[in-house]
Amino acid sequence: MNAQPSITNAAIPEQRQVSWAVSFQVSWAGIRRRFFRSLITMSGVVLAIAFLTYMQVMNDIVRALVRADDAVLNVLLQQAGVDIYAGDAPDRMMVLLIVLSLLACLVGIINSMLMSVTERIKEIGTLKCLGALDGFIVRSYFIESSVQGIAGTVLGCLIGLAVAIAIATTNYHGYIAANLPLLSILRSLAMSLGIGTLLSVMAAILPAYIAARKQPVDAMRVEE
Amino acid sequence: MKAADDIIITARDVTKVYQLGAEEVHALRGISLDVRRGEYLSILGPSGSGKSTFFNMVGGLDRPTSGGISVDGCNLQDLNQKQLAWIRCHKMGYIFQSFNLIQTMTAVENVSLPRIFAGESPAKARAAAAEILEMVGLGHRLTHLPSQVSGGQQQRIAIARALVNRPGIILADEPTGNLDLHTGEEIIQLLADMKKQFGITIITATHDMKMLSASDTVVWIKDGRADRIARKGEFEVAIGTIDGKTIA
Ligand SMILES: Nc1ncnc2c1ncn2[C@@H]1O[C@H](COP(=O)(O)OP(=O)(O)OP(=O)(O)O)[C@@H](O)[C@H]1O
Ligand SMILES: [Mg+2]
Repeated sequence: MNAQPSITNAAIPEQRQVSWAVSFQVSWAGIRRRFFRSLITMSGVVLAIAFLTYMQVMNDIVRALVRADDAVLNVLLQQAGVDIYAGDAPDRMMVLLIVLSLLACLVGIINSMLMSVTERIKEIGTLKCLGALDGFIVRSYFIESSVQGIAGTVLGCLIGLAVAIAIATTNYHGYIAANLPLLSILRSLAMSLGIGTLLSVMAAILPAYIAARKQPVDAMRVEE
Repeated sequence: MKAADDIIITARDVTKVYQLGAEEVHALRGISLDVRRGEYLSILGPSGSGKSTFFNMVGGLDRPTSGGISVDGCNLQDLNQKQLAWIRCHKMGYIFQSFNLIQTMTAVENVSLPRIFAGESPAKARAAAAEILEMVGLGHRLTHLPSQVSGGQQQRIAIARALVNRPGIILADEPTGNLDLHTGEEIIQLLADMKKQFGITIITATHDMKMLSASDTVVWIKDGRADRIARKGEFEVAIGTIDGKTIA
C-alpha cells in the first residue's frame, strides 16, 4: 500500500500525531456542546449501572441487618420478603438480570456511537482534509464515548445508591443508620464504577476504529 | 515574485474509473493540465463531467486509476498516508460547497484545527485563527457557532480555515453553490484578494459562468476530458461565442 518513496518525495515529512492531551481538548468542545445527545447515549449506562448498584447495596444492607439479629428487625426483614435463614446464597435470577442489563448497556453504547459515526461521516472526512490522522479520529471517538460512559456510570452509581438507601430506610426505619455497612457499600460502589467504566471503554473501541476508516473524499459529498 | 510559467501542479493523463457493482463509471478519461503558481484557475463543466473527481485527485483525497499528479514537483501517488496527510495539512486548503464546518465548534475553534494538526498548541493556534478571522472580516464572530452565522459568513470561516496554515494551494469545489449571487460574488472576491495578498494558487470548480470574473485560466471539462483551456483575455470573448454550448 505504501509505495516506495522516490527521491523527491522523501523530502515530504510524515504528519505527526497530536498528543492525547490536545486530542482531549479538541474533543471536549464536541462532548460539551452535544450534551443532550450524550444524555440519550448515557441513559442506557445510567439505568444499567443504577440497577447493578441498587442490587449490590441493597444486598449489603440486608446482610448487615440480618447479622444484627434483632427481634423487631427480623420481623421487618421477613415482612420485606427476606429469607433471614438463607444466609449469603446469591440470587441466581438477580445475577442473570444484572448481567443481561449490562450486556444491553454495552450494546446500547456501541449502537449509539455507531449511529453518530454515520451522522458524522462528513465531519470525519473534513477533519482528514485538514490534516487529521486516523489515530486522531480513533482517539477523539474513544475519548468521547469513554467520557460519556464514565459520566453515565458515576450518575448510575449515585442513583442506585440513593434508591437503595431510600427503600431500605422506608422498610427498616432507624435500624439502617445503626447498622449501615459502610465498607461493603463502598466496595460495591467501586465495583459498579469499575464495571461501568470497563464496559464504556470496551464499547468505545469498535466505533472509534470504524470512524477512522472513513475517507477524506467523504467530506465532499453534498448530501447531509 | 516567481516567473509566470512556474508550474505548481501537473496532471498527466489522469483517469479515474469507479466500480459500481458490475458497471464501470469512467469519471475521468485522461486529463492533462498544468497549473501555474499563483494563478486563479476555474474548472467549468456540466454536472457529472468529473470536476469533483478531478479535485479529489489534485487534493490528494483520492488516488487516480492511472496517470500522475505532481504538486510542487512531488508525485502524490508515491506518498504514504501520513505524507499525504502532511500535504493536506500544510500545502492545501479545502473549501467545500456545503462549508463543512464542525458544527460543535466555534468559528475560532474551527479555524485553529489545521494549526493544531500541524503540531501547534491549541492556545497559539487560537491566536493565529483569531487573526485570520479578523482578516476575512469576522473578527466580531470568533465565538459564534456555525449555526449562529449566515451562509456567507460560514464560507468566510471556511476560507479562514483553509488559509490558516498558509498553504500554497486552495481547492474550492463550487464554493458559491449554496450562496446567493451577491454573497457568492463576495466570496469569489475574497478568494481573489487572498490570492493577491499571499500569492496562493486557487483552483475552483463551478458551473456558473458568472463566477469566472476573477479567473486567470478557465478549463472546460466535458465527459471526463479537458475540452478547452483559455487564459485570461481569451475567455471573455470565448464566453460570448460558446455560451450554452458547453455549459449545462
Ligand atoms: N464514488 C463514486 N462512485 C461511483 N461513481 C461516481 C462516484 N463519484 C462520482 N461518480 C461518477 O463520476 C462522474 C463524475 O462525477 P463528479 O462528481 O466528478 O462530477 P461533477 O463534475 O463534480 O458534477 P457536479 O457539478 O454535479 O458536482 C459522474 O458520472 C458520477 O456519477
Ligand atoms: Mg461536483
